[in-house]
Amino acid sequence: MRIHEYQAKELFRRYNIHIPYGGIAFDPDEARSIARRIGSFPVVIKAQIHAGGRGKGGGVKLAESTDEVYSLTHGIIGTKIITSQTGPEGKLVRKVLVEENLEIDKELYLGIIIDRKTSKILIMASEEGGIDIEDETVAMSEKIIRLYIDPNMGIQPFHCREIAFDLKLTSSVWKQFVLMLQNLYRLFADYDCSLVEINPLVVTAKQSIIALDAKIEIDDNALFRHRGIIEYRDIEEEDPLEVEASRFNLSYIKMDGNVGNMVNGAGLAMATMDIIKLAGAAPANFLDVGGGTTIEMVEKGFGIILSDKDVKLVFINIFGGILRCDVLAKGVVQAAEKTDVNIPVVIRMNGTNIEEGRRILFESSFKPIYTADLKDAAQKISEFAGPGSMLGGERHKV
Amino acid sequence: MSIFVDKNTRLLVQGITGKEGRFHTRQCIAYGTNVVAGVTPGKGRGKIDDIPVFNTVGEAVDKTGANCSIVFAPPQYATDAIVEAADNGIEIIVAITEGIPVQDMMKVKNYLGNVRSRLVGPNCPGIITPGLCKVGIMPGFIHKPGGPIGVVSRSGTLTYEVVNQLTLQGIGQTTCIGIGGDPIIGTSFIDCLDAFERDPDTKGIVMVGEIGGSAEEEAAEFVSKNMKKKVVGFIAGLTAPPGRRMGHAGAIVSGGNGTAQEKIAVMKENGVHVCEDLCTLGEFCAEVFED
Repeated sequence: MRIHEYQAKELFRRYNIHIPYGGIAFDPDEARSIARRIGSFPVVIKAQIHAGGRGKGGGVKLAESTDEVYSLTHGIIGTKIITSQTGPEGKLVRKVLVEENLEIDKELYLGIIIDRKTSKILIMASEEGGIDIEDETVAMSEKIIRLYIDPNMGIQPFHCREIAFDLKLTSSVWKQFVLMLQNLYRLFADYDCSLVEINPLVVTAKQSIIALDAKIEIDDNALFRHRGIIEYRDIEEEDPLEVEASRFNLSYIKMDGNVGNMVNGAGLAMATMDIIKLAGAAPANFLDVGGGTTIEMVEKGFGIILSDKDVKLVFINIFGGILRCDVLAKGVVQAAEKTDVNIPVVIRMNGTNIEEGRRILFESSFKPIYTADLKDAAQKISEFAGPGSMLGGERHKV
Repeated sequence: MSIFVDKNTRLLVQGITGKEGRFHTRQCIAYGTNVVAGVTPGKGRGKIDDIPVFNTVGEAVDKTGANCSIVFAPPQYATDAIVEAADNGIEIIVAITEGIPVQDMMKVKNYLGNVRSRLVGPNCPGIITPGLCKVGIMPGFIHKPGGPIGVVSRSGTLTYEVVNQLTLQGIGQTTCIGIGGDPIIGTSFIDCLDAFERDPDTKGIVMVGEIGGSAEEEAAEFVSKNMKKKVVGFIAGLTAPPGRRMGHAGAIVSGGNGTAQEKIAVMKENGVHVCEDLCTLGEFCAEVFED
């Protein structure tokens, strides 16, 4: 789960990691009163969206007066910001963080992630703040300091000292840094984070270490033990169909093609999207109804795909293992009977209880195009949605 | 021959009294697996379908000689169950549980580095040696006993699809292993490839990967350096958008790393026979493994 910068900074404050003075504003009036409380200008106004690259996208502004705070906030809230991470449609801004502007001596990079390859916690730091760690050439460069921590031992003071000296911090600040990094690690472990990033972490002219930015991602699988954090979820940042699917424990991701699909199992679902692409069409979504699914979940999943206006063809691909074909068929038929299905539906179904599943499909008033063979299904997708078809192939993205 | 599980496997079911545990225990028994015990803390001293249920793994091992376990415990109790099995000398621990917090698994993985137990999973369908032993939730009937092909995969149903296509081509399997879709798992592709390379009955291997991490790339290097047997590869997720978790916790392209395109390229460079179209995987394998 991603959280906003201002929420991450709330967590920082709880762990005694210093942040700039400021507050969150949902409208220009609030922004103006926060600026008055800060009491000195300029102040920084930062759009709060779940995407990086905000500076370049016009989401970070400096204001020299309360009037300017009002007018700039008025200009940001309610508009869409397009950054390298938002996609071409951009993200609507609903709130801004208003903060004091600090005089900066040095900008650093600091990040903590889980390293899959070594099964250790990886701390990354750099003397160059503001770098794009996701840029491969940056990530591979020798300027990045890396330190691997055994999760069963946790971070030790010497780890922090090593990084502090590698960052060439002066004697007046390295002790602050050591404390700060220990606190940050504690936060990472306490809240089951998958990522904590401060970019930049700054040394101010007054020689204080302050987190100018904050990015935190929390492991979805651990949310059961962080009830307070669930309140940080901002569903307005998510696709409405994805929110709807998540309410029914369905794993759904909206994409930009026109061939809707529903599959059991994540691996087969990804492979099914690839089959659609190989057939010359484009997938409209990823949807894994899961192994232990019920008739109701299948019905809901099919309903979500049908409610997507971009979808012109549906491909249901089921390899019945634990999920029985009759359960799938019942769910699909129930959904079809409730909605008026006026687009073609190709169903490829095989495995456990296939005969019963087929009988349910054939006896219903809903007439899908059925096949037991995957290659045959791919052929049908190509005919309906591939190049030269009525739907025009993958180049015709809705 | 086979790897990891066979007719000598004495299976213990951790979480046998839950709905899933009970259902799959019956399926495993029906397939011929020697299920010797169940464990559910607080429900010991009873029986389920004639299988004795114990309060602790220690007691179950003492009384029944269990040497393999399958874990159905829910995510918040699963790491406890895994470590309990390891501390009581269980040789193969298969964790089916989906949704274990990654920091918990990270700790378990580091702990298991110091003991002799092998963990398979979590978030996996388990292991099957067709015709002999099923320690998992996969449908048994799609498999064809007798080999000569080993299958190793990060996925569940995608593996069933692959196995079914092999069976339809008349190609049997020695052992099929789902290693799990989580970012941190106990047994890697390399562990399985190594075991298959040493298994005299396995003549070739199909490995099924997906986006996220670099396990397939590492496996590909292992193939070129250490293997004589032919390996067929398939990677799911060519069309997966970056930065999104595709159902499996471990299936995510982050910072341009872990793409299907990159994995396929590295596998090809290292002599893995990559099939890019799932629809024709069975035929592809028949050709590659012809001799």
